[in-house]
Amino acid sequence: MARAIETTTGGEAAARAGAQAGEGPGTRLAAALASRFVILVPYLWLLFFFLVPFGIVFKISLSHTAIAMPPYTPVLGLGEGLAGLFAGLRELSFENYLWLVDDALYLNAYVSSVVIAAVSTLLTLVVGYPLAYAMARAPGSLRPVLLMLVILPFWTSFLIRVYAWIGILKPEGLLNQFLMWVGVIDTPLLIMNTHTAIFIGIVYSYLPFMVLPLYATLEKMDFSLIEAAQDLGCPPMSAFWKITFPLSLPGVVAGCLLVFIPAVGEFVIPDLLGGSQTLMIGKTLWNEFFANRDWPVASAVAIILLLILVLPIMFFQRAQARAQEQER
Amino acid sequence: MQGKLSRFNVAALVLGFAFLYLPIVLLIVYSFNASRLVTVWGGFSTRWYVALFSNQGLLDAAWVTARVAFVSATVATVLGTLAALALTRYTRFRGRFLFSGMVFAPLVMPEVITGLSLLLLFVAVGFDRGFMTVTLAHITFTMCFVAVVVQSRLISFDRSLEEAAQDLGATPTRTFFQVTLPVIMPAVVAGWMLAFTLSLDDLVIASFTSGPGATTLPMKIYSQVRLGVTPEINAVCTILIAIVTVGVLAAAIVNKRRDVQRQRDEQAAQQAEA
Repeated sequence: MARAIETTTGGEAAARAGAQAGEGPGTRLAAALASRFVILVPYLWLLFFFLVPFGIVFKISLSHTAIAMPPYTPVLGLGEGLAGLFAGLRELSFENYLWLVDDALYLNAYVSSVVIAAVSTLLTLVVGYPLAYAMARAPGSLRPVLLMLVILPFWTSFLIRVYAWIGILKPEGLLNQFLMWVGVIDTPLLIMNTHTAIFIGIVYSYLPFMVLPLYATLEKMDFSLIEAAQDLGCPPMSAFWKITFPLSLPGVVAGCLLVFIPAVGEFVIPDLLGGSQTLMIGKTLWNEFFANRDWPVASAVAIILLLILVLPIMFFQRAQARAQEQER
Repeated sequence: MQGKLSRFNVAALVLGFAFLYLPIVLLIVYSFNASRLVTVWGGFSTRWYVALFSNQGLLDAAWVTARVAFVSATVATVLGTLAALALTRYTRFRGRFLFSGMVFAPLVMPEVITGLSLLLLFVAVGFDRGFMTVTLAHITFTMCFVAVVVQSRLISFDRSLEEAAQDLGATPTRTFFQVTLPVIMPAVVAGWMLAFTLSLDDLVIASFTSGPGATTLPMKIYSQVRLGVTPEINAVCTILIAIVTVGVLAAAIVNKRRDVQRQRDEQAAQQAEA
């Protein structure tokens, strides 16, 4: 923290120096200083508050659990120099990882998180695609309003939107009341506390993340291609699969990654809608940390979750960077 | 050719938006329910809203949340704008790949990981958990959203404006504040608002990084939701939804007005030239 503050003030001083040196021949120096400042300040902030913490999580995942505050025995302290470091290396413990491998609970939680996230991502795509498509085909004057309507729920609290579904899905909830009133069912459906409830929750909460990138690619698409295909006798469905869908693939990929990656580690939705039986790794990590107060095991859970997600995350970053290059 | 929507497209729009809005509408409607049973309609009443204002714990949490959101959104907007400038203006510098990774990864990073890692950092450097740590955590994850919003505006920015200013003798700093910043201002404001609402909404990261005396509103709501659905919670949620909706709509209208004004100015300038 102190370091970050230091660089901030240092950076500001550099910018001020840059401003003073700006007149005449000093302009180039000023530009160089300004670029240093612009890059270094956010860079150091993210390094200290985003990257370094992962190192600490990794370190603590290798330490022993202890009944103390903080509840772990420190390893790899740099206080005793190089000799201390070597001594520390021998102290490292992989027991937390062995613990995760040994206990089927954790393995099941990882597998079911990935499966639930994958199924929900697919469902979100199925729900979101027609919506994005219809938005892209809407009259130009209507589109900003439709876009606004998709974004607005995204601004309202995630927690509130998940909470709204509890009242709808529970056995005596509004959905069952409605269905029984209409006469479709006689006994209430048990949706609450099942996987179905989690799917509904994820699709609902993440729908804007899917629709926005899809809309962005579909909106740029040249729909006269479809007309040309149809004039040449291609049926609408096959025109869709041969032209529209392939052209919208960048949006499909971006949308799916934006839904899948956070959904794997989702905590609020399985906790509120999934009940006690559903296993998801975000919930497991939360329980290890808050209920069992086992920080080293929680850290090991986080490190393995990160390893599972590192490939999709890098893929996401590449896709973002490529999209930017095309914008230029 | 895009004048009329097919029946399929109309159905997709109606069903899609019904799905998005029905749960929120039901939540709001039932916040005015006289009955304590949330799902049984017992007539119109505002009693739960009245009850809210005597709930000191909730009011305290709301005050903490508002302060955290204001401070963190403001700092995050400065840092996020700098990050966006770094990414769009300097295409090559040492560690750029790592930098863009650190800007984009938090957008999708599961919150439990971000929350846990930040907490362990604060413990490692000996920071007392509380208002300060929640604020630092929120700055870190919201600045990346600001960076993405501002960046998309910077990409479409006409750099010849800056070159013109510098040719006329403006320093880089002056050029930034008098030319660049006014042009990207709508994105900066949108970034601030996004950071503010993200901070306002966050439960997971706040739960990890906050300490005694810094309970935020989502933490308070969550602990009550776990005990069951109550009309009071519906009322709190309705107020939050109202605040956010008014804010977003107001910003959209102001932006629209400014756009219209700018178009008019441009037209006037062109006519003057002609």
